Amino acid sequence: MAINMNLYSRGDKFFAIVTSILIGMFTIATLYPFIYIAAVSFSGGFAAAAGKVVLTPVDSTLAAYKYVLTQPKFWNSYLNTFIYTIGGTIMSLLIIIPGAYALSRPQLVGRRFWNLFVAFTLWFNAGLIPFFINMRDLNLLDSYFGIIIGFAVNAFNLILLRNFFEAIPRSFEEAARMDGANDFQVLWKVYLPLSKPAIATITLFCIVARWNGFFWAMVLLQSEDKIPLQVFLRHTIAFLSDDQEFTATLSTQPYSVESVTGAIIMCSIIPVLIVYPFVQKYFEKGILLGGVKE
Amino acid sequence: MSPDSDKQHGHAIVNVRSKRSLKHKMIWLADHMRNEWQIYLMLLPTIIWMIVFLYKPMYGLQIAFKDYSIFRGVAASPWVGWEHFQNLFDNDQFIRAFWNTIKISALNLLFGFPAPILLALMFNEVLHATYKRTAQTIVYLPHFISTVIIAGIVTTAFSPTAGVVNTVLGWLGMEPIYFLTKPEWFRPIFVGTGIWQEAGFGSIVFLAAIAGVNPSLYESAVVDGASRWQMMWKITIPSIMTTIIIMFIIRIGNIMEVSFELIILLYQPSTWSTADVVNTFVYRQGLESGQYDLAAAAGLFNAAVAFVLVMSANTLSRRYSRTSLW
Repeated sequence: MAINMNLYSRGDKFFAIVTSILIGMFTIATLYPFIYIAAVSFSGGFAAAAGKVVLTPVDSTLAAYKYVLTQPKFWNSYLNTFIYTIGGTIMSLLIIIPGAYALSRPQLVGRRFWNLFVAFTLWFNAGLIPFFINMRDLNLLDSYFGIIIGFAVNAFNLILLRNFFEAIPRSFEEAARMDGANDFQVLWKVYLPLSKPAIATITLFCIVARWNGFFWAMVLLQSEDKIPLQVFLRHTIAFLSDDQEFTATLSTQPYSVESVTGAIIMCSIIPVLIVYPFVQKYFEKGILLGGVKE
Repeated sequence: MSPDSDKQHGHAIVNVRSKRSLKHKMIWLADHMRNEWQIYLMLLPTIIWMIVFLYKPMYGLQIAFKDYSIFRGVAASPWVGWEHFQNLFDNDQFIRAFWNTIKISALNLLFGFPAPILLALMFNEVLHATYKRTAQTIVYLPHFISTVIIAGIVTTAFSPTAGVVNTVLGWLGMEPIYFLTKPEWFRPIFVGTGIWQEAGFGSIVFLAAIAGVNPSLYESAVVDGASRWQMMWKITIPSIMTTIIIMFIIRIGNIMEVSFELIILLYQPSTWSTADVVNTFVYRQGLESGQYDLAAAAGLFNAAVAFVLVMSANTLSRRYSRTSLW
């Protein structure tokens, strides 16, 4: 809709200004917690613990970051997060892309059944306990592979991609078929290049889910050297104030539980903030692809 | 189907239609598999994965009716019938968790559902393109932040000694409140956090619906001298009503799904009375205390209620809009 300011009456201008201000307030409210936690992470330990930090760092220091960045456990969990994110995303794509292609083929025998087979998992879920017992019976507890394979597929992403493939006109593949291409070649040379937005979207969904995933990593992984960043962060928030080795250093070091927590949070958010602007255009489209199907 | 593939399957289709005998069907199937084995090979990993990681746990759900022991395993444990369910319905903690789930979802619906709609309507009125774009970029962001970080920020901000919330209350001359230990504060904090995290991202769907409204409606309204306020009420809102209703129905279908991961990170024994939901109950009883069978029964109850809700929601939406959700 083209908006011509000249057509706006005084009342309309007032309305536009009020909504702009309200949007601005909500935006600031969204941003504030991040600014606050950044300020805490750069503040002196005493100020952070005493609630003196509101908007900007008080007694600025990098002590909390020094503490965090010299923890071998922090770096190890960071590396693990990369392993789970990259491994898990590749695994997801390797299973989902051919699966969605097959489900989109009209000649697939039992297509209705297979689609129902997939969609049923959206409606009914066995729940935490049977899933956990199953992982244990499969010997996938405390294993990198268990985390990577155990959460590789979800019906939502599969259906999203299948719908996208179905919408591609058959005429696109005819030339390839004339040249004698098989289904693998048609998928690779015709469908994938035409489906870049959909592939980008599910890749993004997979990466975000992996980067942020914590619950099952917490439940399934027992060895401290296998935990991802989110679980390390959770341990820090929950147990740092009881860690005697840590609390013993508080009297001599200019950090506190709060500033160290803030520093780990910042270290975990920064990669997301760096990548975020580049992927924004994809998820806006992607969310609509996956939404309501006519 | 392309003419090419018609040629390929020509005689096969005739055979299926004639349905003459089992033998013919088998011949047709063998022929079909010879030509089309590749798509079945492509489907195979998905099917195997779903059987191993989603359907096999459904088979494992039978422990809800068994006296499960790790050593005997799922199949060999003895049946106990509905005993676990009877124990659950006599268990005050479970009943409380069930009602807490409903209450938290109701609050989410009441406050969390309108928030993205309001936001989308307001975004639609903002004139300055760069301002709008920047604001959108920022409000979508919390959706991508992990639950652990959200919980970390909430815990820090609401801390009685270190948190900014109590610092501000102190400026107003109020005593510090131990927010996260007070049952009456849990739900407001939880629902508020949910709105902060998801309202912006949720507005995308409604903004897309607004973008799809026929521009000629606005043009003729302008000719008639309608104000922006009138256009919002008379054109925009009625035009996106289908989307609003469908999104509402989806929310109803998801009532049993409160984000229990955030609850696990935020609650403590002193706030269980308002914070404990079915899934956190399942987590504690099963994964923390090792009562797998009882916890599986609670989970099955939750999943059964959720299933009925989701199916009803889909039927409703199909009837309402002739649009099915899958």
